[in-house]
Amino acid sequence: MVEVSEELIAGLKKKAVTLRKHIIRMTHNAQSGHPGGSMSACDIVTALYFHVLRVDPTNPTWPDRDRFVLSKGHACPVWYAALAERGFFPVEELMTFRKLNSRLQGHPELGTTPGVENAAGAEGQGLSFSVGLALAARMDHKAWRTYCVLGDGEQDVGQTWEAAMAASKYGLDSLTAFIDRNGIQQEGRTEDIMPLEPLAEKWEAFNWHVLTIDGHDFRQIFAAIEEAHRTRGRPTAVIARTVKGKGVSFMENKIKYHGAATSDDELKLALAELEAMEAAI
Amino acid sequence: MTGPPWKQESQRSYFAKALIDLGRRNPNVVVVGADTTESIKTLDFGKAFPDRLIQLGIAEPNMISVAAGLAAAGKIPFAATYSVFGSAHTYNVIRQNVAYTNLNVKIFCSHAGLTVGPDGATHQINEDIALMRGIPRMTVLVPADGPETAKCVDAAAAMKGPVYCRFSRTNVPTVTSSEDGFAIGKARVVRDGFDLTLIGCGIMVARCLEAAQLLEREKISARVINLSTVKPLDLATIDRAARETGGIVTAEEHTVVHGIGAAVASAIASNHPVPIAMVGVQDVFGESGEAEELLRKYGLTAEKIVEAAHDVVKRRDR
Repeated sequence: MVEVSEELIAGLKKKAVTLRKHIIRMTHNAQSGHPGGSMSACDIVTALYFHVLRVDPTNPTWPDRDRFVLSKGHACPVWYAALAERGFFPVEELMTFRKLNSRLQGHPELGTTPGVENAAGAEGQGLSFSVGLALAARMDHKAWRTYCVLGDGEQDVGQTWEAAMAASKYGLDSLTAFIDRNGIQQEGRTEDIMPLEPLAEKWEAFNWHVLTIDGHDFRQIFAAIEEAHRTRGRPTAVIARTVKGKGVSFMENKIKYHGAATSDDELKLALAELEAMEAAI
Repeated sequence: MTGPPWKQESQRSYFAKALIDLGRRNPNVVVVGADTTESIKTLDFGKAFPDRLIQLGIAEPNMISVAAGLAAAGKIPFAATYSVFGSAHTYNVIRQNVAYTNLNVKIFCSHAGLTVGPDGATHQINEDIALMRGIPRMTVLVPADGPETAKCVDAAAAMKGPVYCRFSRTNVPTVTSSEDGFAIGKARVVRDGFDLTLIGCGIMVARCLEAAQLLEREKISARVINLSTVKPLDLATIDRAARETGGIVTAEEHTVVHGIGAAVASAIASNHPVPIAMVGVQDVFGESGEAEELLRKYGLTAEKIVEAAHDVVKRRDR
């Protein structure tokens, strides 16, 4: 199903750098927002929007499109960046992020931003929403699939597990959940705030098909998606091991950049690093 | 509108039947439940349409978000459970996933207010109207009886956007008839009068009608309005009542804090202020007891409405 050539991987890597530059610029321009978790999810979002999702930027509400749900709404810079690069709205509009009268709200708003499929911000609601979508697809005998990206902080939320039970009860094999396992939430390491491990076993205990991958390796992301497509009768949870702030050395694995924008000096450093990375691809 | 003695009927039965009729007409109507489907009779819908009742267990936040997802994909989901769970327990899920998204989710809840009875205060939510009318984009319905509950089902499905509708566990007097007109956003004058206006919702409409009869014996002519839509409020009908009758009593099986009394007071204060008195739960929790006992103890009776009417008339004529 998914052809994975060297050329494709190189193109996606470049696209992911472009998205990361947008994330840094958007949050810097707003002097707020959540760069860390946007960058950790960046390769998953890139893989989905630039090679997997059947979506039509000229018709964002095309009924047969695949659905992408961002449950960890604070990571919307990566979503907006992907949507803009995919042609849902002009790239220049990204700089209105978090500004008054913008279509790019601080957390996703349904109906305002072309291509945005759910509202999120209060954590832990996106998987339930995705269950509703997948149930509707099944009732209507539609082939479209639902992909939900969750944060690992959201694994604290009870509703996430309510949704996990419902998805397995109804055997929603058109639903794939990516858990962006960057190990950091707002106030610290997930294992200090509220230990999640053994996380894969938790999802297995909820009767999901569970895969653990490197969430920055496109081949592993595609292999997981393929396996999810092949899996019948159960939803698939992909625990994607990621690095918070991935792509900018001084931001990587730093709690601070969960919810802090770069300074002017940091912006220059970050963009220089990303440009060097792009040149090396 | 009929007069007493009224038939006592179950709003849930009307709800369940209307839902099945609607389901026959519209294949996109689905129901999500949370381990209360037998009690609130949505199980009947599930028997008629086995694939269209989604049972989600004791997980109301999930139920609301699943409904939102279904709506986002074109379904018309009715999320139905007890009012305390379908409002307070799920408030921010409704706010973010249903109202902020402006999705076509219909939250229909039984077991509102004190008349839940012996289950006690944990289940007697007297704050749901306050919560729901505070959310932008939310339509809030409180049907007076069974026939009006059925009309709420149809009207909610016919409009686009989120709806919250609350009704009672107990059998209630059937004060409307199936032939009476109904429209969301329209308050109905169910008895005309000139000296003051009694505005009730839900089970208190019957008590307002009883109070109007008691007042008539004292030569006080009371208009009665059935405020089955709390939001959007029918400002024209309320304003006309204030101008033409000069005094208002509100009556609700709900706290007087941010309920229909507060909504009406705020509306008339901006247009034509007149004396107002509010019959309702006075900022306290309920307790176990039979429905009628509770209504008496907490002052939700025709006699209390009459007392409030005297107070309003006295203040106006002072």
